[in-house]
Amino acid sequence: MSARDEVLRRVRDALGPDAVAPEAPRTYATTGSLTAAERVDLLVDRLVDYRAAVVDARDGGVAAALRSVLPQGQVLHAPGLPQDWLPGGTEPDDGTPGPRELDTIAGVVTGSVTAIALTGTIVLDGSPLCGRRSLSLVPDLHVCIVRTQDIVETVPEGLARLEPTRPLTLISGPSATSDIELNRVEGVHGPRTLIVVLV
Amino acid sequence: MSTFLGMPGPPASPDSDLTGTRPFPAAARDALGNSRLRRNLSNATGIIRGKRANVVGEVADWEELREAGAAIKASALARLPALLEQLEEQVTARGGVVHWARDADEANRIVVDLARAKDATEVVKVKSMATQEIALNEALEAAGITPIETDLAELIVQLAHDKPSHILVPAIHRGRAEIREIFLKRMPGLDPDLLTDEPAQLAAAARAYLREAFLRAKVAVSGANFGVAETGTLTVVESEGNGRMCLTLPETLITVMGIEKVLPTWRDLEVFLQLLPRSSTGERMNPYTSTWTGITPGDGPQEFHLVLLDNGRTRVLADPDGRSALHCIRCSACLNVCPVYERTGGHAYGSVYPGPIGAILSPQLTGMTGDSPNDSLPYASSLCGACEEVCPVKIPIPAQLVRLRAEHTEAHADSHRIPSPEAASMRAAAWIMKDAKRFARAGRSARLSRRGMRRGRPAIPLPPPLSGWVASRDVPDLPDETFREWWARTRGDRS
Ligand code: SF4
Repeated sequence: MSARDEVLRRVRDALGPDAVAPEAPRTYATTGSLTAAERVDLLVDRLVDYRAAVVDARDGGVAAALRSVLPQGQVLHAPGLPQDWLPGGTEPDDGTPGPRELDTIAGVVTGSVTAIALTGTIVLDGSPLCGRRSLSLVPDLHVCIVRTQDIVETVPEGLARLEPTRPLTLISGPSATSDIELNRVEGVHGPRTLIVVLV
Repeated sequence: MSTFLGMPGPPASPDSDLTGTRPFPAAARDALGNSRLRRNLSNATGIIRGKRANVVGEVADWEELREAGAAIKASALARLPALLEQLEEQVTARGGVVHWARDADEANRIVVDLARAKDATEVVKVKSMATQEIALNEALEAAGITPIETDLAELIVQLAHDKPSHILVPAIHRGRAEIREIFLKRMPGLDPDLLTDEPAQLAAAARAYLREAFLRAKVAVSGANFGVAETGTLTVVESEGNGRMCLTLPETLITVMGIEKVLPTWRDLEVFLQLLPRSSTGERMNPYTSTWTGITPGDGPQEFHLVLLDNGRTRVLADPDGRSALHCIRCSACLNVCPVYERTGGHAYGSVYPGPIGAILSPQLTGMTGDSPNDSLPYASSLCGACEEVCPVKIPIPAQLVRLRAEHTEAHADSHRIPSPEAASMRAAAWIMKDAKRFARAGRSARLSRRGMRRGRPAIPLPPPLSGWVASRDVPDLPDETFREWWARTRGDRS
């Protein structure tokens, strides 16, 4: 018997003929109650709490805001970012740089698909707006643009907006470890600096 | 005996890292003698308990989430055959390859063969309980392939040729000075004059050391926190970003997942992504959660293998009363609140699963044979109930401990012909408590025993079994009068 058939047979035998599958009670909160403005405030509060820098570009000056935070040196951006957000001087990622090339890049600009205010979570989904996963992972500076209309309040609202089969990255703070005597140290492997630009 | 309604599968393979070399009491005694270990542990578990309590306290619907979490897990187990087939179908449809492993040996063989087929001489690893359970690192090394643990704590443990002692913080037993020593000894190119024991400096040293490994890695091995049957989506929840590195940069990804990690639907994640981070690290959300489904052209590994592991799980599944041990999402909250774990640390449990969950899961995965060190694990608890209270998926750990004790006692009654000290003292207590006068007299004479105490320790060494009790505890100060005397004095003699 193949391992597959045997494991499945064992599972069936173990359960016996009348295993009952209870219906999961979903009495927990799925939707939030905040206004759009309150959601933005809550998200900013959470982001600042875990020490991400937040730049407010809601008045429209996205390119200028980006210009003010981008470092010297080579900066790549996700290929699907709207042209009028770009400050000039950054290059679109064409998918060719491997991990070693990405490791020499000064910073990267990406968009995001959704943000969860309650937990300070920003979601990237590998679409042209967000770029492939290694783009926002290897360089040491990640500038992430969050559109206020993409901000939801709760985790269930956030997950409901996502396409599960895309490669998703949920970011809730810079890389951190508490492995040494439970002391929190930031910047282990991911980008050590996360700058969120609100548009 | 426990009530196996279904037919139990075979126990985990003996090569699994699920059984120590000594019974719990013997191993615990050594740990109790190590005061630095006790200090590190009580400090660390204290911090993490506080963080958890804070972030759980701010969730108004926490109990509803726990209810949902427990029910989703129970429901998933009841429908496991169909869900596993669905998961396989979805992963395959999206370009992944699914393998099945009856036990640890088979899983190790699959991973080694896959790594060999890629001509890999090393693999980068994401922290994973399943791969620790099957002792994958040892199997890879035996095959000439170097496993590189990339979680900071796992790296510390690996470099020190040590064993993890906590599910979440495997190096919780190590202090910063020790970690500095380990790094200096094992990481090439570190300058002892420059490296201090500041956690930030130590983490930076690990970042530099591992970055090169990530950039050159061809094969990564991970576990999975959840596998969604409906969509074929796998999930890894982490903090450091080493998981993202492993899941993204190498060309080939191999994920080893226990069959009990299946969730029916994508929506179910909305429950567990709330329960897990708050219970585990005490954060509203962990810094990074990655999900992937098969392969995505142009993004991440272009070859993906999922190894579905039994290794004793179908043995646990057959017992309707023990089954809920498979609900565990490895958050480690039960370890952090456990008074026994806090004093003995993880190594005393002998298994990769320590603490309260280990005390019920390990013996069920391996079986209690009458002479296995795991037979002692159900007794590694004071039954205070703190574990069940914090468990995000409501596993009735104390009830399971009691049940396993009963099962063990019944199955091996022969070896207990002579009454155990515990049984003898319980019988004596029952005799005293049955009679009011006897009980009052016992209370008064207990007070006299205070004269024999010096700072919570008996002035003269006590004979067994009392010596065992005071070896790990201080005797509390006894009050001047018994409760009965106080009652009689303040309320008149109405007893
Ligand atoms: S038994 Fe419960 S509390 Fe303990 S690790 Fe598992 S899920 Fe967490």
